[in-house]
Amino acid sequence: MKLPAVSILIIFFLLPPVSSHAQVEAPRPVAAHGQVHTEMIRIPAGKFQPFLLAADQKHERHVAAFLLGQHAVTNAEFLQFVKANPQWRRSSVPRLFADNNYLSQWAGDENIGNAAIRRSPVTNISWFAANAYCKWLGKRLPSLDEWEYAAAARPENADPGADLSRIILGWYDHPTPAILPAVESTYRNTLGLWDMHGLIWEWVDDFNSVMLQGGNFYCAAGSAGTANKADYAAYMRYAFRESLQATYTVGSLGFRCAQDIK
Amino acid sequence: MKKSSSSKRILQPTAVLLLAGFAISVITACNQAGGTKPAPNDTATVIGEYTADLTHAPFVPVARNYPKTEKVIVNIEVVEKVMKLSDGVTYTFWTFGGTVPGPFIRVQEGDEVELHLSNNPNNKMPHNIDLHAVNGPGGGAEATLTVPGHTSTFSFRVLNPGLYVYHCATAPVGMHIANGMYGLIQVEPRGGLPKVDKEFYLMQGEFYTKGKNGAPGLQPFDMDKAIKEQPEYVVFNGAVGAASGNNALRANVGDHIRLYIGNGGPNLASSFHVIGQIFDTVFQEGGSEANHNVATTLIPAGGAAIVEFTCKEPGTYSIVDHSIFRAFNQGALAQLVVAGNADKVVYSGKISDELYQPGGAVATQEPADPAAPDLPLAERFKQGQQLFEMNCSSCHQSTGLGMPGAIPPLAKSDFLMKRSDEGIGILLNGINNEPITVNGNHFQGVMPKLSLSDDQIANILTYVRNSWGNKSLVVQEKQVKKARNQ
Repeated sequence: MKLPAVSILIIFFLLPPVSSHAQVEAPRPVAAHGQVHTEMIRIPAGKFQPFLLAADQKHERHVAAFLLGQHAVTNAEFLQFVKANPQWRRSSVPRLFADNNYLSQWAGDENIGNAAIRRSPVTNISWFAANAYCKWLGKRLPSLDEWEYAAAARPENADPGADLSRIILGWYDHPTPAILPAVESTYRNTLGLWDMHGLIWEWVDDFNSVMLQGGNFYCAAGSAGTANKADYAAYMRYAFRESLQATYTVGSLGFRCAQDIK
Repeated sequence: MKKSSSSKRILQPTAVLLLAGFAISVITACNQAGGTKPAPNDTATVIGEYTADLTHAPFVPVARNYPKTEKVIVNIEVVEKVMKLSDGVTYTFWTFGGTVPGPFIRVQEGDEVELHLSNNPNNKMPHNIDLHAVNGPGGGAEATLTVPGHTSTFSFRVLNPGLYVYHCATAPVGMHIANGMYGLIQVEPRGGLPKVDKEFYLMQGEFYTKGKNGAPGLQPFDMDKAIKEQPEYVVFNGAVGAASGNNALRANVGDHIRLYIGNGGPNLASSFHVIGQIFDTVFQEGGSEANHNVATTLIPAGGAAIVEFTCKEPGTYSIVDHSIFRAFNQGALAQLVVAGNADKVVYSGKISDELYQPGGAVATQEPADPAAPDLPLAERFKQGQQLFEMNCSSCHQSTGLGMPGAIPPLAKSDFLMKRSDEGIGILLNGINNEPITVNGNHFQGVMPKLSLSDDQIANILTYVRNSWGNKSLVVQEKQVKKARNQ
């Protein structure tokens, strides 16, 4: 395994406890956050075939039922989090938890500025920040398997022959717009989830668990071990996740929260 | 910055040590770089440092030719942006340095290259760079995988002289290359290449768009066509017409020319050829072996070649992929315009054109056509369409759009529609390299004088002047006759 991956794993083991200490008090009940009430959709248990397989993985993966946010977390929602947790302000966040571009689309520490992006997904947030937000609400980030499973659902009302990868590749084909569109602006899938593709990339809890290029990737162009070699859209999601570290922030990368079913 | 300077910084606290350190490091450096034989890996001490001048195609940085091994800083930014692929056709290119191909990097054998790859924060994709000049895993790809808004740095020694392709190698690799992520790095042999008058940088690549060649608007990438290796566009320097017409390469009679040609692919090998030139020297595959007197050289995808020739005659020379439908139907056409005086001994031009009658048959006089009847527009239009397809469409295209940079459009052509002679003169006489301007674009080329009857010319012009958005009256045979007799 290549060195950065090792160091990320080490960070994973070492830092989350630190960050949860840094991250205010214990999670409060959801009801305490009046302004932040993204509807959670129940995702039924099921099986799916992951795009990329580690050597010891079974081809079909089982995903237990869970809850997933109907849409990505917005700038307005994230502002509530920052107001309640000043250590996550742009000017206070330690570089250990987010790089220099953290919330760089905002006008100030507790000021989004541009009203046009209030309902747009919050981007330029690190894995640590996304993780802290979800914990603040008593939730968590979805796992890679959960996210991929939920995102594989077809758009509702889609033509029978409609191809999900067309939506995804269509997004890749266009440059990032100056103003990121609002959530619920692309499509809703048959599970009731909005914008799973075509709006932003999304953090998952274990974003770096499957290594696309570790070892012999370049000789095999990453094709060894893929379930579907023509699924270029999936290649790109995995390549993107792999290029990340937990402190990184990217203008097209946001998140949504998940929750266990009690 | 010299190595001694860094010693200086470290030893700053003590003046005595500073001087001692300075002296020692200079002496060491001289000994290692000058006297001794290079180690197997030729990792001689680096003397000096500079930031590389990078150029965008068709330009090539000036060779610096220095006696020692230097450290060269190369800064490249990856930008995803919409640019023109052809007239009326745009594409979201993924670029090194904002252009296709990426910047030309020129370093010298033995140099230590420190490469900084920045991924523009507005980009969506992670990117990296695999330089074929690198000895090491992935050619630098693993070391440079970079998320938007970050910069990766790695360094390598260029141990092998030659001309090499670099490209993005982030999954899915084929798509990153198909979107334009490639360029050339020239590792100059010690002592440099012989001096020439002009050097140019051309790089071939093909594009797989959802819409067919010429379909307007922002065209998405088509994965199926890429897998089948059936591109819609094959171009030099990232767009149809990027190195022809107003953008043509220019030289003078007597100039020694050196072309650095790369092939980014992603799929096709190029049958590289300059129509009407013979390469005095070809460094095939960008290697060290010189081949001489070659007209067409093969350049593999992900490969390169250096070709050298001398411009002996003035004129416009087409630079093509001699897999020839790519040149005339898909855009693989660049031009070299050579100015100067003609040498009739080297090339006479057409000396004569006489009637050829095998068997000595007497040419039958065309019967004098007593009447040139006026026909309705619909009839001439129908006949004209067939004649156009047979005689004109291979160049001007069935769409009437021509080929940007090479063949002028007929559709909504101000040049054609504003003429007082309805275009009759063009068909009667052809066009012989006279520069013309059509809808603001400049063209210079030859349209042959075709052997068409007056009736046929009237039909073709009626069709052309009433198709693709053009609208005018019918052109009658008697108008053509009148013009011919003037």
